[in-house]
Amino acid sequence: MAAEKIEKYAEDIAVTESSTATRTHAIDMNNIVDTAVDMKLANEKTCIAVSNFSLFYSGKQALKNISLTIPEKRATAFIGPSGCGKSTLLRCFNRMNDLIEGVTTAGNIKLEGNDIFDKSINVADLRRRVGMVFQKPNPFPKSIYENVAYGLRIQGIKDRRTIDTVVEKSLRGAALWDEVKDRLEDLAMGLSGGQQQRLVIARAIAIEPEVILLDEPASALDPVSTLKIEELIYGLKDKYTIVIVTHNMQQAARVSDYTTYMYMGEMIEFNDTSTLFTNPHKKMTEDYITGRYG
Amino acid sequence: MSTGVVSHHISKQFDDELERIRTTVFAMGGLVEQQLNNALKSLIDGDIDLGNTVIETEVQVNSYDVSIDQECIRILARRQPAAGDLRLVMAITKTITDLERVGDEAEKIAMMGIGLTDKHGLKSYHVGINAMGNLVSQLLHGALDAFARMDSKKAVEVAGKEAESDDQYGAILRQLITYMMEDPRNISGALDAVWVARALERIGDHSRNICENIIYLVEGEDVRHSSIKHMEQIVAD
Repeated sequence: MAAEKIEKYAEDIAVTESSTATRTHAIDMNNIVDTAVDMKLANEKTCIAVSNFSLFYSGKQALKNISLTIPEKRATAFIGPSGCGKSTLLRCFNRMNDLIEGVTTAGNIKLEGNDIFDKSINVADLRRRVGMVFQKPNPFPKSIYENVAYGLRIQGIKDRRTIDTVVEKSLRGAALWDEVKDRLEDLAMGLSGGQQQRLVIARAIAIEPEVILLDEPASALDPVSTLKIEELIYGLKDKYTIVIVTHNMQQAARVSDYTTYMYMGEMIEFNDTSTLFTNPHKKMTEDYITGRYG
Repeated sequence: MSTGVVSHHISKQFDDELERIRTTVFAMGGLVEQQLNNALKSLIDGDIDLGNTVIETEVQVNSYDVSIDQECIRILARRQPAAGDLRLVMAITKTITDLERVGDEAEKIAMMGIGLTDKHGLKSYHVGINAMGNLVSQLLHGALDAFARMDSKKAVEVAGKEAESDDQYGAILRQLITYMMEDPRNISGALDAVWVARALERIGDHSRNICENIIYLVEGEDVRHSSIKHMEQIVAD
């Protein structure tokens, strides 16, 4: 009799628990479908997941409790005024901030589900998976060919034919092949700024990364080269996850699928780019993109 | 996100440009409203001179349409407005198209008025048209008022009243058909009166469109082709 009672009691608890669970789940769903962007994100595969992430430069907080999801094979733009932390956040994704002394972090960043700050992560391997292009083109003082082949050579690939194929494929991928195919042995420094930037992108994609981080990739370029880079970003989205930091809001509006507005180390709004530029949900975002900031 | 025309841009010049364009839209709205009221008055009172004034003034409405449109294009090209500013410019380009068409309808009413007065003198079926004219004139006034105040709630309220003008249109048609059946000699005049009622019904539609533009401008939601209930929900959120 007592045993039966206990069993019944256990059953009751189980029922209560499951109904609570359902209710909690329902509340979660409400949060998820709260905004259209969440519904859109629900259909995307997550590439990078940042959760409650903070970063300090020698104790001074530069990123404040940031949580966001960067979807796979989409372009996500970070916009915000100077010093808002967008480049700092971008540099976290391949742990470039490790190189700066006095940097401490809290929270985590996951790439394909693995914490990138975990001890088991090989940083060189992480940077191979997460390539980066900077504001100023930084080709090596080598030939065009060698710039692209460099990543393969340090991986120990020696077969000339393999390297030839990858160099051509990467230069084509970076929309530079037709302009340089007859002078692959020329020094990369002889190329124009826009060509150098595309060469750097070719170098980044030669080692087949999963993510390409672009930190103001076009801000030192003329409008035509800028458009070529933007066109390139559009093409690269099919294969890579793109994260771009830009001061040029029109550029963010043109190239990205999702946009994040950051201010003073905080993420103010993450939204579908079309929505963010036509109907932002936060007053601060509206003020910034309409030029009322300051 | 409510529109931020209240706070100022870093560029004062941009503020001035947007304010100027808004003021011009209000001026155009005022003129169109006056055109409608004069057209109705000329019809009801059989005032041919006033009818002719309406027809002559129509070119001013058209020139407002063209000049505001040009200014909007200039702002799009030079400022690349975003968010609330973008919605303001888009709402203005759409609104002036509606206003210009209201101007056209007012001109039609004035022309019909002149024709009716010439041919038939004053007719008793003007009573229904007068009532509908007053309602439609209120709709237009309400829409323009909501635009000036950027008041999306008022816009929904005005849009909601538009259905009444459709009902009145139906009633006027039935009334006119009765007149035509009573005496075939009424047909010609009654047909002109049908055109007037039709013009008023269109003005009601344009007023509703303007209300929808205001809701888009203020709330950021495109509510065209949606129910009043949906609009109410958007505005309530």
